[in-house]
Amino acid sequence: MSDTNANVLRLEHVTMQFGGVVAVSDFSMEVNQGEIVALIGPNGAGKTTAFNVITGVYEPTNGTVYFNGEAIVENYPKGKMKKLYLGDSSTICDKVISKTPDKITNLGIARTFQNIRLFKKMTVFENVLIARHMRSKANFMSATFRLNLQEEAENREKTLELLKLVGLDGMKDDLATSLPYGKQRRLEIARALATEPTLLLLDEPAAGMNPQETLELAHFIREIKDRFNLTVFVIEHHMDLVMEISDRIYVLDFGRMIASGTPEEIQNNQHVIDAYLGVQEDE
Amino acid sequence: MTNKRDSIFAAVLLAAAFILVAVLDRVLPATGIIMTVLKKGCIYSLVAVSMNLLNGFTGLFSLGQAGFMLIGGYTYAILTIPPADRASVYQYFDGGIVQFAIPFWAGLIAAGLVAAFLAWLIGLPVLRLKSDYLAIATLGFAEIMRAIFQWDKLGPLTNGSNMLRKYPSFSSLMFPFAVAVICIALIVLLINSTYGRAFKAIRDDEVAAEAMGINLAHHKRMSFCISCFFAGIGGALLAMYQTTIQAMAFKSNMTYEILLIVVIGGLGSVTGSVLATFLFYAASEWWLRFLDSPLMIGSFQVPLLRSGFRKVVFSIVIMLIVLFARKGIMGDRELSLSGLMKLFGRKGKEASANE
Ligand SMILES: Nc1ncnc2c1ncn2[C@@H]1O[C@H](COP(=O)(O)OP(=O)(O)O)[C@@H](O)[C@H]1O
Ligand SMILES: [Mg+2]
Repeated sequence: MSDTNANVLRLEHVTMQFGGVVAVSDFSMEVNQGEIVALIGPNGAGKTTAFNVITGVYEPTNGTVYFNGEAIVENYPKGKMKKLYLGDSSTICDKVISKTPDKITNLGIARTFQNIRLFKKMTVFENVLIARHMRSKANFMSATFRLNLQEEAENREKTLELLKLVGLDGMKDDLATSLPYGKQRRLEIARALATEPTLLLLDEPAAGMNPQETLELAHFIREIKDRFNLTVFVIEHHMDLVMEISDRIYVLDFGRMIASGTPEEIQNNQHVIDAYLGVQEDE
Repeated sequence: MTNKRDSIFAAVLLAAAFILVAVLDRVLPATGIIMTVLKKGCIYSLVAVSMNLLNGFTGLFSLGQAGFMLIGGYTYAILTIPPADRASVYQYFDGGIVQFAIPFWAGLIAAGLVAAFLAWLIGLPVLRLKSDYLAIATLGFAEIMRAIFQWDKLGPLTNGSNMLRKYPSFSSLMFPFAVAVICIALIVLLINSTYGRAFKAIRDDEVAAEAMGINLAHHKRMSFCISCFFAGIGGALLAMYQTTIQAMAFKSNMTYEILLIVVIGGLGSVTGSVLATFLFYAASEWWLRFLDSPLMIGSFQVPLLRSGFRKVVFSIVIMLIVLFARKGIMGDRELSLSGLMKLFGRKGKEASANE
């Protein structure tokens, strides 16, 4: 576990403050090659915020994110944040690295969104095809004059393949937003896969799905993981899904990591039961 | 399949239009009212489509079109006035400092390039900010350009507040038509390419687009520069059509007019922009003309009909369209054979169902 070379993703002392709100507090964790790791916790625990820091949407107040050993995000508190910041680890970072989300996607991290963010005026097919743009070698001239026909054909073929994989090839010309909820989530996964990631971040992929769909999703996540040789980091509320697919689990509560370990360890952890699992059962 | 049929349909339509234009050039007087509408229609179609590329397809709100047309028009004029005529054009500035002339086609391209270059310069700082700033910055830029081009100190280059003239122009309809067709075709090819899809992705959802690896700053700048390139060519065409050009005329009114056309045609619809342009100029220059001339029926003078009333009616029509047909004529769809067939197919079915 401590072999740093095997870490695909590593967070060190990541803190994210929005003014006085500490959304993520001194969070350190890692995801190893080929693992499926889950991030769980009550609503507002800071899970999505952690994803947003990893993908460069937010610049953290403090801490470092490594991807395959390379620091892709790093910051330390300055100015007002320095005064607000209470952690002791503020000294471990001294430089600022903030890659934009597109650069990070380029390196091989792809994500889906909790509040589905498909391209609304585009078809299902176009939504996936667009994710091939980044890997395209054409410039705007060669694309305009159609000198990239072969690449374009390859991209279309690959797009169709991915749509078949998620079972959406039959509705490829429909508007993306006309799909039912569960299918939109699958489309987001197909779109993320089209960027050719090595690390896939899924933000509540089973939200709004029934137990049957959730079960299918669990198999599907395993399948794509093997097929594309992925590492998967997933935020999820459906405990059966989490316990079924995860190798390891991290639990956040009010921005703090309160536990980490295997599914069995988490299920039997009293802190977790008090803070989260117990609450779940009441619902 | 429908795609192929649609492109054949478009090609046939275009060929027919070329023949029609050739015929019109022979039978209609070059300065008649219909020709005015058609020529302006061609020129402003190009400008409207270029604005739609930015506002409708990339989701960036720019208000600088008049400024970039001004730059295009002046670039063209300055570079193409024959040296022999410069002494008379630049009579207050000793014939000006430019003492050569390039061919008209090179002038057109130069007009686009200079406009695109200035767009790139403005885009560098502004496109990093939230998109509202682009509207403010481009509007300000256009006004500043208008002032700078009239500035006396630049007279040797721009002729100050005096007009530029005697550069090559056109009298046929075929010329602006052909240039507009070529330019709009290029824009359509771009929109349907992988870059066009990237622009649309940015328009639909910036966060998602960036997460899919699309470099926002790079693509926004590209769209902005290309849009301004074609606005520059549009400005050069306008200068040619008018045979004289004066910076004073490129007011922000002009931009609003083009924006209005784009909105009426439908944000994100090229055919909508083209249709709306022709309708707009036909209405304002031709169909509503009668409103401006007093009309006597017997000894009764019809009230309200007098010079300027046309503008009032026109504004009301526009307001109604914007209020009640917010998506414009075409929404974000394109006029195409399959679209038409669907429309009439549905109508036909409804009709037979009603029987
Ligand atoms: N952009 C933001 N500005 C201010 N507060 C934010 C922002 N994003 C998230 N937060 C706050 O951070 C906390 C964690 O949110 P989030 O990461 O979405 O939780 P989770 O995904 O675990 O449900 C919440 O209190 C939320 O209000
Ligand atoms: Mg969340």
